[in-house]
Amino acid sequence: MREISFSEATLEAMAEEMERDARVFVMGEDIARQGGIFGQFKGLPQRFGTDRVLDTPISETAIVGAGVGAALAGMRPVVDMHFADFITVCMDEVVNQMAKIRYMFGGQCIVPVVLRAPDGIIRSAAAQHSQSLESWFLHVPGLKVVVPSNPADAKGLLKAAIRSDDPVLYFEHKALFPTKGPVPDGDHLVPIGKANIVRPGRDVTIVSYSMMLHRVLEAADKLAGQGIEAEVIDLRTISPIDFDAIYASIAKTHRLMVVHEAVKTGGVGAEIAARVAEENLDLLDAPIVRIGAPYVPIPFSPNLEKLVKITADDVTLAAIKLCK
Amino acid sequence: MNHDAEFLRHLYRRMISIRLFEEKIGELFLGGELPGFVHLYVGEEAIAVGVCANLTDQDYITSTHRGHGHCIAKGAQIRPMMAEIFGKKTGYCKGKGGSMHIADFSVGMLGANGVVGGGYNLAVGAALAAKMRKSGQVAVCFFGDGASNRGTFHEGINMAAAWKLPVIFVNENNQWASTTPYRTTNNIEDIADRAKGYGIPGVIVDGNDIFAVLETAKAAIDRARAGDGPTLIEAKTYRIKGHFVGDPEMYRTKAEVQKHLDENDPLKNFAHKVIGAKLLKQADLDAIRGEAAREVEQAVGEARQAPYPDEAELFADLYVEGVK
Repeated sequence: MREISFSEATLEAMAEEMERDARVFVMGEDIARQGGIFGQFKGLPQRFGTDRVLDTPISETAIVGAGVGAALAGMRPVVDMHFADFITVCMDEVVNQMAKIRYMFGGQCIVPVVLRAPDGIIRSAAAQHSQSLESWFLHVPGLKVVVPSNPADAKGLLKAAIRSDDPVLYFEHKALFPTKGPVPDGDHLVPIGKANIVRPGRDVTIVSYSMMLHRVLEAADKLAGQGIEAEVIDLRTISPIDFDAIYASIAKTHRLMVVHEAVKTGGVGAEIAARVAEENLDLLDAPIVRIGAPYVPIPFSPNLEKLVKITADDVTLAAIKLCK
Repeated sequence: MNHDAEFLRHLYRRMISIRLFEEKIGELFLGGELPGFVHLYVGEEAIAVGVCANLTDQDYITSTHRGHGHCIAKGAQIRPMMAEIFGKKTGYCKGKGGSMHIADFSVGMLGANGVVGGGYNLAVGAALAAKMRKSGQVAVCFFGDGASNRGTFHEGINMAAAWKLPVIFVNENNQWASTTPYRTTNNIEDIADRAKGYGIPGVIVDGNDIFAVLETAKAAIDRARAGDGPTLIEAKTYRIKGHFVGDPEMYRTKAEVQKHLDENDPLKNFAHKVIGAKLLKQADLDAIRGEAAREVEQAVGEARQAPYPDEAELFADLYVEGVK
């Protein structure tokens, strides 16, 4: 299978969906002339025109609000947030409008909007350009939240998000954009809400997503060297979370770890741990382990930044301890 | 005045329907029959009706928390509106929205909004969709003087102006932002002046004179349909009722309210003009009023009898595609 970058995979998804459906358009800050910070929109204006690839004013509230309005009027907008951190600027549009409109209007309309939100830590981008805020949106009924970890899923999930009649937040880790991987040719779709068993194992279930999935896979290799076979689950979607996949796995391994780059407090791991404890505690032979960032904003200095990053060694050591 | 009698009857029917609907809602609320809270549009009827008389069902409007009048003016039906305010299953939103979230997508009414200033960008987006489709549709955003101090005002108008979108911003300056008088939170006399900052026309109109509103809105709507972009209309009016039903109105005197009602009631203004010009007779108006009153009474009777939504409705319409 051909190998392309995560960024190219999302670009293919955009181009194919814009080709397929004239209602799909994209808007955001600096996406048309620049092609996106990560090259994820490169060539789209030349192919589809600047009427469908729109450079917006620096007005996150207006961009997301207009995306919702256009969706209500029958379009299928993709809105680029530039950096996921900036969603905080337009929380009303996301939480009070986009998420609730269909429900509070009794199903009279659909809200097919996709918010693309580059998140995560890259090279000292500091506290306002490095966050992983995905768990906030897990808390809001009405949204779907996807978190691809590789080029194939990036393409397949973006295409599924664009075709979804529900609003989708698409968190794409900034450090993943240049990474390459195999992507099937043609109309490759990945369903929203289905996790992927990336590596089968018998001793411990490690649930992760996005960038951290790669740290977990590194750790799984190291663990195998020590005789511990980890089963690795890539969630791919965190709203809804595929609990069936998690339960099936812990029925086999009886141990559970959750690994994410976001702050541990109130994170996706907290939700998974709580649900498993409520519904399937009997399947476990040991306490659930969560690995996430310490409860601080992301610091600028490389020396401090490295202290909040999760490494493969963090995962390996925690897994060894859990499996003892 | 060169309107034919049939059109004048239509205008009066809509205005009197709003007045009677709102008076009835106030009565029912004080009688303890309605859940939530309600914000009445009494005294502002000429604006919604005057603007919407220039629109078709294919055109869009976005509304405010004081939205019943906009719904009726745009052609929404009294019966499902009343049922919705009662929280009944037969309401426009199956009882999930209530007074502040009534919507009727079948006539382009994209919903009332519980967030002050929440409608600007939804209208901008609907107008963007219209422009992309070259459909000739326009979007009208109704908002109050209080909402003109939200950041969404600036972002929405700026984006709409920059892209010459077919949207009309209709400010209903009723002099009160909840309990705060306009003059204490603004350093300018007229909100219309702000249009200058966005390079679009800013027009002031007497919001108590439906004929002035009709004409002003028509010019703005024609301009928008022609591709010349947005207009900011400031319709000067006065909020006859409290911010919400039950508001003790400690912030103004009864005499002040009575003065406005005596001098500026848009319904009296209308009657005075059409009877004076011998276009309609008092008997015509009385007949229309009787018809509207019967419709409101019938709607109340039906809403009282209608069932509440059952438990199965709780999760319905949250997502289009099922989620556990």
